Amino acid sequence: MDFAVVVIVEILYAVASLALIAAGLAVVFGMMRVINLAHGEFLMLGGYTAIVSVKAGINIYVAMLVVAPIVVGAIGLIVERLVIRFLYGRMLDTMLATWGLSLLLTGLVTMIFGNTTTGISTPIAGYRVGAYQLSGYNLFIIAAGFLVMAGILLALRYTRAGLIARGAMQSSDMASGLGHNPQRIYMITFTVGAALSGLAGGILAPLTGLTPTTGGLYVAKAFITVISGGAAVVAGTLSSATLFGTITQVVTLSSTPVWGDVAMLIAAVILLRLLPQGITGRFFSRQV
Amino acid sequence: MTLDRRTFLAGSAAASIAATIAGRAMAQGATIDVASIHDLSGIFDAYGKPMEKAMQLAIDEINAAGGLAGKQVKEISYDTQSQIPLYTQFGQQAALKDKVAVVMGGILSASREAIRPTLKRFNTLYFYNTQYEGGVCDRNIFCTGVAPSQSVEALIPYAMSRWGKKVYILAADYNYGQIISKWVQHYVKLNGGQTLQVDFFPLDVSDFGATIAKIQAAKPDFVVSALVGGAHMSFYRQWAAAGMKAKIPMASTTLGVGNEQIVLTKEEGDGILLAYNWSAEIDTPANKKFLAAWGKKFGADSVKEIHELAVATYQGMMLWAAAVKKAGTPDRMKVIEALETGMSIEGPGGKITVDPKTHHCTLDVVVIEVKDQKLTVVKQIPQVPPLDTQAVCDLKANPNSNIQYEIKI
Repeated sequence: MDFAVVVIVEILYAVASLALIAAGLAVVFGMMRVINLAHGEFLMLGGYTAIVSVKAGINIYVAMLVVAPIVVGAIGLIVERLVIRFLYGRMLDTMLATWGLSLLLTGLVTMIFGNTTTGISTPIAGYRVGAYQLSGYNLFIIAAGFLVMAGILLALRYTRAGLIARGAMQSSDMASGLGHNPQRIYMITFTVGAALSGLAGGILAPLTGLTPTTGGLYVAKAFITVISGGAAVVAGTLSSATLFGTITQVVTLSSTPVWGDVAMLIAAVILLRLLPQGITGRFFSRQV
Repeated sequence: MTLDRRTFLAGSAAASIAATIAGRAMAQGATIDVASIHDLSGIFDAYGKPMEKAMQLAIDEINAAGGLAGKQVKEISYDTQSQIPLYTQFGQQAALKDKVAVVMGGILSASREAIRPTLKRFNTLYFYNTQYEGGVCDRNIFCTGVAPSQSVEALIPYAMSRWGKKVYILAADYNYGQIISKWVQHYVKLNGGQTLQVDFFPLDVSDFGATIAKIQAAKPDFVVSALVGGAHMSFYRQWAAAGMKAKIPMASTTLGVGNEQIVLTKEEGDGILLAYNWSAEIDTPANKKFLAAWGKKFGADSVKEIHELAVATYQGMMLWAAAVKKAGTPDRMKVIEALETGMSIEGPGGKITVDPKTHHCTLDVVVIEVKDQKLTVVKQIPQVPPLDTQAVCDLKANPNSNIQYEIKI
């Protein structure tokens, strides 16, 4: 019984961390169709921002939840103005540009911090479930993951800004004809996506050490989650994160983390063969 | 004068030719060159940087004492950036271009196997100064670190007598982890214990949540960790964050080698058992002198960076220097023969003697408990021979042997 609780918490944790990793990309790719290959680096920058802030004496929660998204959001804004805005609708060019950007960011961080592992301790103590000890920080990540998803859902569905953003993504000409400026909407959406990545990077930073190449570990998982999820930002990300998180954790628990990752990749291949448009291409297709 | 591209190119070409010629002349004349091939950046730099410093310190001391065979010793340092292909490249460069007298280097067993064949082929003497899984049998290499029959043999019985007989093993998934985990199982069995499970992790795995749950389900008396590198550090962090420290104790064959105990907090590290050749707490004149010299050269703050591999590198360099002195020349074969007389020095980790049959070393072993980010000595075992490699390797009988035995356990 206790072990069942442990397994459920581990699965929820895996789902939440996948959702967090993918959230920023879901907004940028899912809504704007911009393939941002520098997504992993945005997460990495969020992590470094949080660690640097904590070491500078800022409260760890402020560092993770406020400083990291603001800094990475600002970086995203600069990137959008300097690079991305010239490339909307040119998918291959965007890929090339953002890939170059990811190399640039990795190189810059290496120059500043060195190619070493840095980290901070998790701020929450462990707790007990029957005979088992669990990491308290996992619960924080579960809460954060679902709050972020709920936040995106509410923003897109129930706010005027969300409505305009969705409208502009569906038909920018129509949005433009109604007096909105699509360029500005794109800019804001990309910035929000980058800020979400920064937030996720900050939250995940205490759990693992960070190196300048950490982004590479995230980017594949993020793309698999978002593409398998399909067009709907929240429903897609949540459904594919749930599927892959469950598969990974169950296989990891019964064998090793290597097989956990293998199982997730096999599941993704089969899923995309059966549902090329992603999960929300067939199910929950009217959801946000 | 205007500097156009053509004059610049001509000028810099001339300068580089001059530098090359000067370099050649140096190599043949005034100094004995030694190569240091270590990871000075990348995920293994915590291991490599102090090893490089240990080289510099040893060379300073050798030169201050008048050098070797009437010449000063000069270090040529290569940074392999934690990338195995660079080992192959720099190994060739050291042997063929820089023509060094000896190469000190290699950290992971994978990196050693990347340069060992190259150095053997080009007849360049090689010192591997790292604790490793044992079994290398090659007359061109000297291994100065502790092997499993020295460290694991001390660690496992001590840990079992303290905590119990059921063991769960976590190891890095490459040759070191695969082989050392077999050794741990061997010594667990030999002491009447039971290995519940062995799990291997690729070097980039950094999320151990599910593993920690699995370990609890298996209910071992203690955990043995042979995890390696920066990403695996998060295991100790997540283990402590889950509050496991108080429930299941831990021994490790790798922690502390890169001074992980000062990267981890007191709460994360305290109580973990280790067994190595050296600890800063060893109370001998040789160790005190070494610590003082290090502090003087690199600053008092740097003393806490010293680790097992740095000490092994220092001792390796000093062994080589003693052999060159005895031989009167840095010539490779003469130095090997001098070392094979059972060359011995008194290092920071105690007396270290070359075993002529295996080119491994007989040395002192200390069992260590991490306490307040320090390596506290809890048990000392003097002069342990490299029994594991001795069981399979005899370079006196087979001087042309060139393999790493997988020791049957």
